Amino acid sequence: MSLSHDQIRRIARLARIAIRPEESEAALERLNRVLGLIDEMRAVDTSGIEPMAHPLEAHLPGGQRLRPDQVVEPGQPQIYQSVAPAVEDGLYLVPKVVE
Amino acid sequence: MTGWEIVVGLETHAQLATRSKMFSGAATAFGAPPNTQASAVDIALPGTLPVANAKAVEHAIRFGLAVKGQINRRSIFARKNYFYPDLPKGYQISQYELPIVAGGEVKFFVDGEERRVRLTRAHLEEDAGKLLHELSHGMTGVDLNRAGTPLLEIVSEPELRGAREAVAYARALHGLVMWIGICDGNMQEGSFRCDANVSVKRAGENKLGTRCEIKNLNSFRFMERAIEFEARRQIELLEEGGKVEQETRLYDAERDETRSMRTKEDAHDYRYFPDPDLLPLVLREEQIRKIETEMPELPDATRERFARQYALPAYDAGVLTASRAAAGYFEALVKAAGVDAKLCANWQTGALNAALNEADLPVSESKLSPASLAGLLKRIADGTLSGKMAKEVFDAMWAGEGGADEIIEKRGLRQISDSALIEKLVDDVLASNAKQVEDYRAGKEKAFNSLVGQVMKATKGKADPEQVNRVLRRKLSG
Repeated sequence: MSLSHDQIRRIARLARIAIRPEESEAALERLNRVLGLIDEMRAVDTSGIEPMAHPLEAHLPGGQRLRPDQVVEPGQPQIYQSVAPAVEDGLYLVPKVVE
Repeated sequence: MTGWEIVVGLETHAQLATRSKMFSGAATAFGAPPNTQASAVDIALPGTLPVANAKAVEHAIRFGLAVKGQINRRSIFARKNYFYPDLPKGYQISQYELPIVAGGEVKFFVDGEERRVRLTRAHLEEDAGKLLHELSHGMTGVDLNRAGTPLLEIVSEPELRGAREAVAYARALHGLVMWIGICDGNMQEGSFRCDANVSVKRAGENKLGTRCEIKNLNSFRFMERAIEFEARRQIELLEEGGKVEQETRLYDAERDETRSMRTKEDAHDYRYFPDPDLLPLVLREEQIRKIETEMPELPDATRERFARQYALPAYDAGVLTASRAAAGYFEALVKAAGVDAKLCANWQTGALNAALNEADLPVSESKLSPASLAGLLKRIADGTLSGKMAKEVFDAMWAGEGGADEIIEKRGLRQISDSALIEKLVDDVLASNAKQVEDYRAGKEKAFNSLVGQVMKATKGKADPEQVNRVLRRKLSG
């Protein structure tokens, strides 16, 4: 399985990564190498093996830990917003988005 | 629109009743100042990790039990990837391949007729933040207080036929999630939101038509209108030889129309994959059993029991089980009044509900407790009050003038049941209304009503009209 330049453009768009046309070839080659590795792994016979959802699943059969429903984190907007590019009346500001 | 069938499936987001977020310890309270309830996890600071809320998981189990779905002992959280400023992580944590609840069904009524709709699934996920577009300088404001709020997304099969059936199901689901205490159901605050998938097909055709998803249905009234509009739009399109394009449409309540939001070409490609930050969610049998034993009687069961135990018509049983609070009120009322349950049902579904509606109050905030309304019903049952007088006392009680007995005493509203006095008043009326007596004997029933009216007037409305009727008939036939 290998990718086309159209697919590279689409993947870049979905990931919001700017790939210039002259970079497309290099990106294509690197991604195809990853897909090649996946093809290699596919050669292993995994029939009858249930897929894991997480690498640690076999070690932690009890699954994820849960927390009690308690409010333990106060909002600290002053701290968090000190690094925001634009803030007003407690809101983070971003360029206008309309869907 | 004849010759067409409308097919609807609903996706409902119910905000789960928890204090803290799905994956963080920040508060979920509505209406806090912007970004004061967004923790480092919610705003996606690097290095933070999600830890799921046990209560949200319990709520999902409650729902699965209530709809008799399959509760998956192992379910998986997945990342749903898309970029939008209300989603700081660039993905929403949701469930995809293995949801916590699979299948199940919801029973509801359309015009008194029972229907059922099967559920596809119900899965846990987190909400996104809110965007504010109406800022003066043309930028978009981001409030992340809602980001990370736990949601249960409940997906129905596409088997609802038309707008009314879809709304009836949505109302039943809304009632159910509040009944089992997993969602406050507040639609104004967005605690219960629906998207509708609408398609149309020729009558008798098996294959489903191309569907459109309508978003932004935040009231039952809008939902009905939006589905109706959308079905009509699709039918007109097809009848003109056109084709329905699969797309997402937005309902505009002001114009009462749906319009395209995005087409299939720019449909999101969410690239779901299991969230590496979260191990599978594994449920223990004893945990599920424990929740099962704590479940309240469900609305269907309560409705059937009310009809049986209190010998109530199906309609009354339905109204009285519209909410758990209403059902609780009714049982408390019957117990406190110790009178015929039908009398209790009549007053709760009649005067009380009317007063609650007018004051825009939920039954839990009724100005009359079951005990005080019971005080009134006792006086009806023992003949102290006629129905009309009782309504007067009810209104006075609602206005806060005191208890039933107190108002009866103060206003001198005791019904006259002294038969000697009534006999005498009837005699007086008969003696001074020879014309009506003659008319009645000539077969004019109207004349009788006029005589009853005169007696009632003489008692200032305090006699039992039935008793007056009886005495009058006896004397007139004598």
